[in-house]
Amino acid sequence: MKRVQFSHPLMPYMLLLPQLAIVGVFFLWPAAEAIRASFYLEDPFGFGSTFVGLDNFKDVVSASEYSRTAWFTLIFSAAVTFFSLSIALLLAVKADNVIKGASTYRTLLMWVYAIAPPVAGLVGVMLFDQHIGPLNDLAHALGWNMQIGVNYFDTAFAMTVIAVWKQIPINFIFFLSGLQSVPKSVQEAAAVDCRSSSRRFWTVTFPLLAPTSFFLLIINITYALFDTFGIIDLVLKGEPGNNPVTLVYKVFLDGFRGNDLGGSSAQSVILMILVFALTVVQFRMIERRVHYS
Amino acid sequence: MAGIQLNTLRKIYAGNVEAVKGISIDIKDGEFIVLVGPSGCGKSTLLRMVAGLETITDGELFIGDRLVNNVEPADRDIAMVFQNYALYPHMTVYGNLAYGLKNRSIPKDEIEKRVRKAAEILEIGDFLDRRPRQLSGGQRQRVAMGRAIVREPAAFLFDEPLSNLDAKLRVQMRMEIKKLQKELGTTSLYVTHDQLEAMTLADRLVVLSGGVVEQIGSPIDVYEKPASTFVATFIGSPAMNLLPLAKSGNEWKLDNGANVDVKLNTDLSDLILGVRPEDLVIEELSEKFDTGLHTALTVHVVEPVGAESYVHGTIGEGSVDVVVRAPGKLHFEPGQILKVTAKPEKLHTFDTKSGKRIELEGALETA
Repeated sequence: MKRVQFSHPLMPYMLLLPQLAIVGVFFLWPAAEAIRASFYLEDPFGFGSTFVGLDNFKDVVSASEYSRTAWFTLIFSAAVTFFSLSIALLLAVKADNVIKGASTYRTLLMWVYAIAPPVAGLVGVMLFDQHIGPLNDLAHALGWNMQIGVNYFDTAFAMTVIAVWKQIPINFIFFLSGLQSVPKSVQEAAAVDCRSSSRRFWTVTFPLLAPTSFFLLIINITYALFDTFGIIDLVLKGEPGNNPVTLVYKVFLDGFRGNDLGGSSAQSVILMILVFALTVVQFRMIERRVHYS
Repeated sequence: MAGIQLNTLRKIYAGNVEAVKGISIDIKDGEFIVLVGPSGCGKSTLLRMVAGLETITDGELFIGDRLVNNVEPADRDIAMVFQNYALYPHMTVYGNLAYGLKNRSIPKDEIEKRVRKAAEILEIGDFLDRRPRQLSGGQRQRVAMGRAIVREPAAFLFDEPLSNLDAKLRVQMRMEIKKLQKELGTTSLYVTHDQLEAMTLADRLVVLSGGVVEQIGSPIDVYEKPASTFVATFIGSPAMNLLPLAKSGNEWKLDNGANVDVKLNTDLSDLILGVRPEDLVIEELSEKFDTGLHTALTVHVVEPVGAESYVHGTIGEGSVDVVVRAPGKLHFEPGQILKVTAKPEKLHTFDTKSGKRIELEGALETA
């Protein structure tokens, strides 16, 4: 490695400063503030705060509402991750096999990706709209009295479908490029060695996709946990009532609607620890088994 | 074990590009056939059609007694060795060898036995737990071979398996492949663009050009009686000298007007005369004879390669380059006039238009 020489010893730090400032102001400071606030009982009108130790955490964890939300978040994230990955993989495999008009298919499947996320979310919500949504009409035509925003399951279903729908194109693009980077000769060697094409897929193609899949798994879990906030907000139209919400949405609800800043901060600290643990587990456990050729 | 029969196989790609134009080859059981030709001659396409990796547009393909035109690659009872080895990177060497057997529901102990045996033959027993990326090129090549051997197929198909190896390793692996094929007695179809590889490996050579067979025959037959000017120049290095001659009165002339003293008993008014560089002998070193070819060339470039020197020169003024394979210890100067002769039985004659070989029955020897 060539060492770069700077004219002044402070120069490299100056160059790093803008980035560090952004990280500091928008990440470290709020994170530190959240940790601090999680140990205090804040006055809702900002007239002061009282140190309460771990009381906020005890209250959060012991509330039945919290475990209900945690379970929903777990199931929701697992469903979104699983379906958005598996449907995208299926589409990518099918698109990879198409020879005639391949680029048209691929462009159509990637189309949603080109739409700004809030717009895509809004389109998804409109598809399920009580009055004009075609998917809602379809459900009613099939005898399913779908009531989004009223029925707990129906709402959860709509959230999951929209979240999956919006994430598929991104996964599709990655899977397709992953599939195309699997050497053709290796696939041909497999064709000589194994008659069943589905067996070939699971024993040769899929393991060679592992780096892509692993990367997408992390991206999708993060997406399902955090980036679905907007979709949930759109589906609930800001009125959660008795409907399912994720942990991240609950942080927002308790903090800004419930004005319980201490409890909300405690929840975000728990989330921070969770994400940290998740990342460690993912990289330690899964990467060891992933083959990077 | 089985023979392979190709009956006027044709491959037409989208856009009406005909890559293989009706090729018929009858491969006997246990025979080592080498398909050789320049790139784009259709040799790899043909091999892939036999493997089942390319569809057959027209014609019939038999492996053994079975018509396999529409049979899946895995069901054709063939094993293929790919140019870039195509090993499964996520499997160990053992896994690579065992994969094709596992998918055929062969019992575990039988797989173990076959893999160990193949590993022993190929001397890769120490690497069975390694992954392909931890192996050198030569070792990967052996694993690719092993993957074919363990299957005990009716035929081996080789698609330029040695072209990714360095020159020294290539020579070594070439010999090993030949030895192995003779030991196993498995019918083999081998594709290469390297004429030396083709000559040394083949029981029979199939020289391809532009999707058609130029010649099929034993390496020596192909070398000594090339069926066309294409084969004559493709097989052998340096390539055969070709002199386009036209009759003018009683003499044969090159197109630059230079006389070539050669006795050819033929009614043709023009033909292409072929003579291999090693058959052109410097007159002073040769016994005297009147028949055959006598000519003089102006030396341009000398390439000494040790045991011999390739002397490049021209006959008369012009561009007809002639190469003479001369003993290495002789010294040549550019511009020097070199008298060379060739015995009548060493001369080849080809049709000017089609390039096909013409046999002048006994004609070359008479004056």
